Amino acid sequence: MSQDTVNIIIDGVEIQATAGQTILEAADAAGMYIPRLCHHPDLPPGGHCRVCTVKVNGRPASSCTFPVSEGLVIENDTDEINAQRRRIIEMLFVEGNHYCPSCEAGGNCELQALGYRLGMLAPTLPYLRVKRELDATHKDVYIDRDRCVLCGRCVRASSVVDKKDAFGFENRGIKKRLSVDAVHGLGETAVSAADKAAQVCPTGCLTVKRVGYATPVGRRKYDKTPIGAEIEKKTAKV
Amino acid sequence: MAGDAALVTQVVEQFGRDRGRLMDIARALHAKLGCLTEDTIGDVADALGMRRVQVRDMVSFYAFFSRRPKGKTVIRLCDAVPERMKGAEEVARAFEEALGIKVGETTPDGAITIEHAPCIGLSDQAPGALIGATPVTNLTPADAPKIVQALQDGKDIATLPQAEVDLNLRKPGPVIFAPMERGTAIRAAVNRKPEEVIAEMNKSRLRGRGGAGFPTAMKWDFCRKAKGNARYLICNADEGEPGTFKDRVILTECPDLLFEGMTVAGYALGAKEGLLYLRGEYEYLLPHLDQVLAKRRHLGLLGKNIVGCEGFDFDIRIQLGAGAYICGEESALIESLEGKRGAPRDRPPFPVQKGYKNQPTSVNNVETLCCAARVLEMGGDWFAAMGTRDSTGTKLLSVSGDCKHPGVYELEYGITVEKLLEMVGAEDAQAVQVGGPSGQCVAPKDFGRSISFEDLPTGGSIIVFGPKRDLLECMRQFIEFFVEESCGWCVPCRVGTTILSKQLAKILDGRGTRADVQEMEKVANTVKTMSRCGLGQTAANPILSTLRSFPGLYEARLKKDDFVPPFDLKAALAEGCAITGKQPVLED
Repeated sequence: MSQDTVNIIIDGVEIQATAGQTILEAADAAGMYIPRLCHHPDLPPGGHCRVCTVKVNGRPASSCTFPVSEGLVIENDTDEINAQRRRIIEMLFVEGNHYCPSCEAGGNCELQALGYRLGMLAPTLPYLRVKRELDATHKDVYIDRDRCVLCGRCVRASSVVDKKDAFGFENRGIKKRLSVDAVHGLGETAVSAADKAAQVCPTGCLTVKRVGYATPVGRRKYDKTPIGAEIEKKTAKV
Repeated sequence: MAGDAALVTQVVEQFGRDRGRLMDIARALHAKLGCLTEDTIGDVADALGMRRVQVRDMVSFYAFFSRRPKGKTVIRLCDAVPERMKGAEEVARAFEEALGIKVGETTPDGAITIEHAPCIGLSDQAPGALIGATPVTNLTPADAPKIVQALQDGKDIATLPQAEVDLNLRKPGPVIFAPMERGTAIRAAVNRKPEEVIAEMNKSRLRGRGGAGFPTAMKWDFCRKAKGNARYLICNADEGEPGTFKDRVILTECPDLLFEGMTVAGYALGAKEGLLYLRGEYEYLLPHLDQVLAKRRHLGLLGKNIVGCEGFDFDIRIQLGAGAYICGEESALIESLEGKRGAPRDRPPFPVQKGYKNQPTSVNNVETLCCAARVLEMGGDWFAAMGTRDSTGTKLLSVSGDCKHPGVYELEYGITVEKLLEMVGAEDAQAVQVGGPSGQCVAPKDFGRSISFEDLPTGGSIIVFGPKRDLLECMRQFIEFFVEESCGWCVPCRVGTTILSKQLAKILDGRGTRADVQEMEKVANTVKTMSRCGLGQTAANPILSTLRSFPGLYEARLKKDDFVPPFDLKAALAEGCAITGKQPVLED
């Protein structure tokens, strides 16, 4: 065994991880799915959504940021944690305005897919009905903040991959919003539809124009397999 | 605006074109311009080589920064729970009447803005307010027109009779408030190796006074041993927990002891730079603190070769905050010190590994550092002889609310709630909030419990609720506070606190059912378990602790029905009915 290998236990299964990996990365590599929303494999972790929370040696921690170390005992797929995750997804549904049946992202939306996977049924939380602004000033990309989950993927992608720093946040708490590097709107920024930032939105908030509904119902990403199946498939070879 | 661009350049130069000083740059410009408009934000971004969106991100986060013009004078009326208990709402109404505007508005001539502020550290002389940076205390509705008149006459606010802050030090103790000659603790420290200083601290078994209670010696040891190019000591003087004001008293009465402790810590850690993060609300304390620092430099207690000890260089800079409770959380405080929005960081890495400027950093509470100085002066054993086994020494308690003698008490750990209530003149209390909104609401059956890390830990806030208080209404106001102060980074805290406030409001409006209480408890548990930092993890405590200690208060307000919709249908339709003159047929 190389020095870089550490052994950790997830849900009773011993797996080998590489030092420097996060718990989430190690689980992915082992074909064990930890639900997550704000995390994207090509971007540094954000720690915003907390859906990927697991118990590390009995204490809750976000697996997208927590580094592996020898002997960690992790609880992931338990009723208790999944109920907490479901409630976070429900919170996002009532915080924004998610009209799934008519949304371009439907069927490919990670928020919707997590709702299904975690067994969200009727909403139990009060709707917040907040007022949020739409930004259609850009010729190829629009922002519908009603569908924004403040995951920060576009912020990180624009900074780390596109090197444009075109996105950020403004305000705090429940008034926090996605903000753009312009006075009047996205159209004034250097953002293009080919940017990583325009490709990574988990919902229908940051959307490329004129390509919606291209895939028929039934052939969309999560129509037949739940979110996470692509990671769990890897276990088959072990 | 070209004129402003020149000013921006000048201010940015003044702070060495350092992005890390964005807080100071924003504060200086805000003071001069009265607000930070999009134009100013763009100018600052250009001058610092940053993006506009990055500057806006930071500026929009802090309560003290406004992006729209405000009045020349801003009156911040504190509306924390202890102030409302003493009539803050009536005072606010009196100001509204005297000025002819509502809270949140500016007079038409652009002279005065009135707004609400969370706790400003004056709960012992409530209701209080800040006029500009000047505190006024013990306000009554009759004061409002007088203060307004004085402002209109162009009088200096500091000369008003209301502009007096009482010390209210009710019970000085042996650790914080005993006299100490300047330099005593530093000399005791430099006579030993830094490791031996930490060993002495270890003997004292001193634990962090902010509330979490991490052993100070261990924190210093981790920080000292962590790899880095530099080490930093940060003193957390951002006491924002409603009902806390002990740091105000320390910073007024014995800042030398604090700076002594910071210097000792600097020696133990091997740090050259100490930063005191002072909450924006305490700006009025700054001139005095700067004087004390200057005096200490003059005496050779700061600067190079301190107390003649070759190679021991250490100095202290004070950083003012700008109105954000979350910055009392150590990693958020570091972000704020670096000129960013005060969003906490994920741990690990911990600040002792990667803190300020990504270097090993020890963040310690004001009171903790004062204790540290005393430990070096008197010895660890002397300190450990006070208090209880797991909570050595004394604790400063900031007592406010329904009691005869509000103020600061320095008491040995282990004192029972009952004894404390006797001391402060509040034997008839219906409940006591130990540790502020993020702490526990303690019922009379638990008044035998003791103030200590092993039983009832507290950063110092003690709010007494008399027999006539609507306790749950106070809890609702606590939740409102967390809604306002959540940084918004993570979902459970950002959304969960707002949902809790709605759920609790429904119950207090008399429209809640048993199912609503159960649902609220589930959300409260999610906020507690899944949130990213200490703010979120404790934000549901007002609900969780009263559900446990006062279930009957909820029970009494519930409807017998199985289900009551989240809104009142008749009320929602009332406007439409009035316009159309028709009534809908409702199934009742």
